[in-house]
Amino acid sequence: MMDKKPRLVVIGNGMAGMRTVEELLKMSPDEFDITVFGSEKQPNYNRILLSPVLSGEMKFEDTILNDLNWYEENRIALHKGRTVSRIDRFRCQVESEDGLVAPYDRLLIATGSNPVMLPIPGMNLQGVVAYRSIDDVENMLAAAKSGKHAVVIGGGLLGLEAANGLSLRGMQVSVVHLCDWPMERQLDRTGGELLKDALEKRGLRFYLSRQTEAILGEEYVTGVRFKDGEEIEADLLVMAAGIRPNIALAKSAGIHCERGIVVSDTMQTYDPKIYSVGECVQHRGQTYGLVAPLFEQAKVAANHIARYGRMRYEGSSVSTKLKVTGIDLFSAGNFNPEKEDEELLLQDAARGVYKKLVLRDNKLRGAVMYGETVDGPWYFQLMRDGTDVSDLRDHLLFGQVHLGDAGRGGASNVANMADTAEICGCNGVCKGAIVEAIISKKLFTLEEVRAHTKASASCGSCTGLVEALLANTLGGDYSAKPSKKPMCSCTEHAHQDVQQAISRLGIRNMPDLMRALDWKTADGCHVCRPALNYYLMAAWPGIYEDDSRSRFINERVHANIQKDGTYSVIPRIWGGVTSPSELRTIAEIAEKYQVSTVHITGGQRIGLYGISKENLPGMWGELVKGGFVSGHAYGKALRTVKTCVGSEWCRFGTQDSTGLGIRVEKMTWGSWTPHKFKIAVSGCPRNCAEATIKDFGVVCVDSGYEIHVGGNGGIKVRVTDFLCKVESEAEVLEHCGAFMQLYREQANYMERTAPWIERVGLAYVRLHVVENQKEREKLYERFLESQRYSQDDPWKARAEGQDAHEYETLTTLEEVK
Amino acid sequence: MNWIQVGFLSDIPRQGSRVIRTAQGEIALFRSIDDEVFALDDRCPHKGGPLSQGIVHGKKVTCPLHSWVISLETGEAILPDKGCAHRHQVRVAHGAVFIEVVERVKSEKRMQSHAEN
Repeated sequence: MMDKKPRLVVIGNGMAGMRTVEELLKMSPDEFDITVFGSEKQPNYNRILLSPVLSGEMKFEDTILNDLNWYEENRIALHKGRTVSRIDRFRCQVESEDGLVAPYDRLLIATGSNPVMLPIPGMNLQGVVAYRSIDDVENMLAAAKSGKHAVVIGGGLLGLEAANGLSLRGMQVSVVHLCDWPMERQLDRTGGELLKDALEKRGLRFYLSRQTEAILGEEYVTGVRFKDGEEIEADLLVMAAGIRPNIALAKSAGIHCERGIVVSDTMQTYDPKIYSVGECVQHRGQTYGLVAPLFEQAKVAANHIARYGRMRYEGSSVSTKLKVTGIDLFSAGNFNPEKEDEELLLQDAARGVYKKLVLRDNKLRGAVMYGETVDGPWYFQLMRDGTDVSDLRDHLLFGQVHLGDAGRGGASNVANMADTAEICGCNGVCKGAIVEAIISKKLFTLEEVRAHTKASASCGSCTGLVEALLANTLGGDYSAKPSKKPMCSCTEHAHQDVQQAISRLGIRNMPDLMRALDWKTADGCHVCRPALNYYLMAAWPGIYEDDSRSRFINERVHANIQKDGTYSVIPRIWGGVTSPSELRTIAEIAEKYQVSTVHITGGQRIGLYGISKENLPGMWGELVKGGFVSGHAYGKALRTVKTCVGSEWCRFGTQDSTGLGIRVEKMTWGSWTPHKFKIAVSGCPRNCAEATIKDFGVVCVDSGYEIHVGGNGGIKVRVTDFLCKVESEAEVLEHCGAFMQLYREQANYMERTAPWIERVGLAYVRLHVVENQKEREKLYERFLESQRYSQDDPWKARAEGQDAHEYETLTTLEEVK
Repeated sequence: MNWIQVGFLSDIPRQGSRVIRTAQGEIALFRSIDDEVFALDDRCPHKGGPLSQGIVHGKKVTCPLHSWVISLETGEAILPDKGCAHRHQVRVAHGAVFIEVVERVKSEKRMQSHAEN
């Protein structure tokens, strides 16, 4: 029966409340009868876009997140323009000011916050407004039409955005602020002064270190008097002195409140039937005024209201960005260094760039940036991951060089890019299309932008740019990814959780693993299954049975699928060294199977293209007969070991790089890794084998072998980090095996060595592979042990009939009626 | 109704797929983890990728070329992607798999008349 459904009442029709409802509808669509009360007469709109509405860069209609149809489609009873005046916890019902009564089984309080109205004489004059709602914006716009002078009290984020908007509307704007510089909670003095200069150039006037004594005027505001006696003219006065959690209603109902409504990690108040989210909430002593934390809270609250009881909110770290077009600033964490902290500074007055990073124990604690903020998300990530940055230190201030790849000319300032500038080279998505999607489709997260535009959804190299666009369009309030990101939508667990659970619980198969970790789907998805399969395989070599149904097609059929559904076949050519007879064999097979393209690959091998699936086993059989094994050119596995001819031929060669490369390849071939893994050995520092852009590279020198790790020559070129120098080939092999094993055990699935090392820090790798000899030996031992089971040739097995069904059509229907 | 037996349930790997050749192109038969069988044209509505080669999860398959996710029940791409792979009627009886194959023109006409009803 319809009326048997439990009733959920939501007080507050704003972003936090409706986000919770949206999450709830996603999780369990028909579970509740939902009633929503909202004091404002509009449907739910995007409050963080009020500034662009005020400045005229956007229309109010464009900020609506849920229009009235949405409420109707989801059968939500919306009472807009109705304020709840009482919560009767005894009868479990709420009452509105005009006498409407709504009973609840679960109540969600999302009353947000109120602007702080300073107790100054003259506060009640006409023309004194707050800056909180669309009604306030309309009042300001009306005043801007008739009046000339505006005074904004409060030089924080909100105050400056209001001031900038009014200035763009043609008013002469003065900002009054108690502190010596604006935005003192987000900026240090230097950053604040740069910001003030920039805003003064745009016509704003600042009255700093001033306190307002009175607002002047009879009926309508005419001016402001400071404590020092100075008076300035005003036709409009905007109060932007901060916000305060709106807890009056909750307090009057006897719900425990301090600065905000106190909630647990499940977003529950002291009354177990009542949940609360958003700016009205106090969680672990913190209150939040930005969007990203609210959205995380909404997800958790919805999860518990829907009785899944699976998630916890553990607080958010937040970053800030000012939404004033053309002004680029970013701050996060603790940027005012304390005694034990260190400070890194970069200041370039001519370019208007200022960066300050605060470190403690080689970890980033805070960042302030002005003028160039594209690396803000990267610093933020390093902060939240607690990455040891000692090895990045000398270039940390210069940023990640996220963006050095083709097509963009190294552009880093998205604000100044043309709308036609291509952001995502893989999918051909330009800036205009992304901004348009963010606004029209109401997107808040990187994942949403990826789903709707495909930008950064392929190789991911433009992720930094897309995040910068999100931040620029929405302000810094966009929902940055949480530090612990779920593997996929089938689970709340991050990659690390799964890896730990496998060893901690000793789980040896996928169904048990999914059950133990409360997987939401019966058999996962294309994202999590290959990852779980890999983790289980890496944890239990020789015990876990590989699940071919959880392998991407290439690894399932040991060939590389091409755009037309045919495959490529690439036999292993040890160290890139071949012979006339091997070449003859390949040529004959290529002719026999009418291979359409024969291509020399970048990894010193020969690729045969255009093979139909049915022909794969036959072709492999002949290659195996000719002495070849699979090149694993298709897998998250050891790919090639590239070499130069070294001391055998080259007049500069210092060591036998070719022979060493072959020995390395014979040891490592067949191993599965979190992502593809490439090795090279160069015979001298001229480095013809390009060892310094490989996952593991060896550069031979006269006195031994330099070992380099974490390079990448693809999407984002990254030169390797120098790991150590060793004296013998045996040591090279041991370091190679140990490094690969550490990567195999520690990295996330689909994480190349380059981002992995950037995440954990080179110091971590050094510690395990270089400094601690015992550990290195153990890693090496485990690597060799797992190789015992992985060095059987997959081609040979399939040529002999394994998985035959995979290569045959089931039937052919000649006559189709 | 023209039901043609194309094989046995046991021919199709669980969470896997097999292909049937027809005069009008290839049809992919899928078997979900709970042994339901579905049939779609073996062409992703995005760029024609062979869906039969994708990873089957739940009642969905992920195309191997660009990871579009297609519903096995409807052939529709999962939002926000848009497109539809043609679906075929399929039936399992006593372990044998039957498929209803009619000429495309007729089948479309019939779907229209369904819609009109």
